[in-house]
Amino acid sequence: MTIARDTWIIFTRAMRLSLRQPVWVVFGLLQPILYLALFGPLLETIADTRAFGEDVDAWQIFVPGLLVQLGLFGASFVGFGLISEWRSGVIERMRVTPASRASLLLGRVMRDVVVLLVQGTILVLVALLFGLRAPWWALVAGVGTVALLGGCFASLSYAVALTLKSEDSFAPLLNGVALPLLLLSGILLPMSLAPRWLQLLSDANPLKHVVEGVRAMFRGELTDPVALWGVAITVALVLFGIAIGTRVFRRQSA
Amino acid sequence: MSAPVIEARALRKTYKVRGRGKEAPRTVEAVKGVDITIDEGEIVGFLGPNGAGKTTTLRMLTTLLNPSGGTATVNGHDLAKDPVSVRRSIGYVAQMGTTDPSAVAGEELVDQARLYGIDRKVAADRGKALLSGLDLDGIWERKCGTLSGGQRRRLDIAMGLIHEPRIVFLDEPSTGLDPQSRANLWDHIRRVRDDFHTTVFITTHYMDEADALSDRLLVIDHGEIVGKGTAEELKRSVGGDQVLLTSTSADAARALARAATAILGDLPAEVDGDEVRLTVPDGASALPKLLRELGASHDVEGVAVRRPTLDDVFLTMTGRSLRDEEN
Repeated sequence: MTIARDTWIIFTRAMRLSLRQPVWVVFGLLQPILYLALFGPLLETIADTRAFGEDVDAWQIFVPGLLVQLGLFGASFVGFGLISEWRSGVIERMRVTPASRASLLLGRVMRDVVVLLVQGTILVLVALLFGLRAPWWALVAGVGTVALLGGCFASLSYAVALTLKSEDSFAPLLNGVALPLLLLSGILLPMSLAPRWLQLLSDANPLKHVVEGVRAMFRGELTDPVALWGVAITVALVLFGIAIGTRVFRRQSA
Repeated sequence: MSAPVIEARALRKTYKVRGRGKEAPRTVEAVKGVDITIDEGEIVGFLGPNGAGKTTTLRMLTTLLNPSGGTATVNGHDLAKDPVSVRRSIGYVAQMGTTDPSAVAGEELVDQARLYGIDRKVAADRGKALLSGLDLDGIWERKCGTLSGGQRRRLDIAMGLIHEPRIVFLDEPSTGLDPQSRANLWDHIRRVRDDFHTTVFITTHYMDEADALSDRLLVIDHGEIVGKGTAEELKRSVGGDQVLLTSTSADAARALARAATAILGDLPAEVDGDEVRLTVPDGASALPKLLRELGASHDVEGVAVRRPTLDDVFLTMTGRSLRDEEN
């Protein structure tokens, strides 16, 4: 399988380059802890408002949201790295090799997914120290779902970056898309507090369903339709992202 | 005679340009149907001003752009039908470089080779030998971003050669290098051909580079091949050498011009002040004859033979100078 081999070569190269950036490694590991330490304490108060539902544990609500947010923001920014790779000629050089175009994307996405798995695991482990209570398999399923979600956003980020080829247009576009996705996902505040029109908008946001799915998992309801729906949407998003990304990598003059 | 390693027929590329403001959308013909034939082991210079269609042609031949029309085979593989085999046969060193500044040179070489299915160990041995041949011993462990411009460029060439391609495409290889690094790079490019019999296709808008390096030249302008041949042939095609004679006065110069055309036959002679400019097919053989027969009958204060440069070639073929284009 040449595509598997090529993907592996691209993955190991990307991983090696990432690990060699000490600042990147430290902040990558620190980020989930910052979220927990600086935002988590607010949550215990909010949970008291019962807006998230009766009799729920604040951490069971909060940690899935943080995980999804990590997946969204961690993966969306990877396009910046690709623009600088493109500028130094690396992408073009690889596109002249016989390597499959899809592997040029998949190897990089795999690196991003592995990074998210590590960050997500740290986040969950630290959350356990803060007081999260959830079955271990729920934690595994949650982190896995979010890593997959990150695969979607990483692919799309690469696709957009390789199309725009400019940080100056990529950054505002990224903010313009990621921010509404975040606000409409019910990660920060429960959407049940929102007026009707906002709730409808939120229902159209796939992220909201992923968040609710992971929350259901954390409550121990792994086979609950909400959890299954969340996983199904995540899988669909990943396939969509990879399809778009591969198209862009395959396209001429990309 | 073996089959050509590159054969392009009526290769064409048109772009659709989206209209801005009142401008209507239009099609731009970047390359207007070029024929290119290149034999094995040649160093062919592809010369033209910026925007002439050099890079577009190169990107088509390296499978990065789909042609809008025409056909091409590279190392016997059809560009459209079998791009993967074309990719296996070629190395491509883009103008923008090939390496990540934070990556380690040796690792980039090995990874590049592995994308061609070459074993890691073989790649490392081959990469070290290549670097050594390019006077880059000792950079194996270094980050690409710490190399000098000339070193980085030679590393780019090593990246393009690591899989031992039959043909290597170099796009403006010496842009941004100091004169010493350029001369050094040219030596290395010649060696690549001499040692490995690799065909080298090199684009440049530098006349001296084309002149110094190429066995044969293709001149492209506005998407069309406007001239081909060796540098000598091209120079001869612009009408030969100029013989400059300096006389003592304008009157004497006019008399000198008449005498000179009588000796050398009917050829263009221009008088400019006290200077006579004769265009002759071969200045080196015309000059002794001219001086012998003129004898002491005319006052000649100075003589010079000016050989045409590729700049003159370009000027004749396109009506403008390459140097104008750069600015």
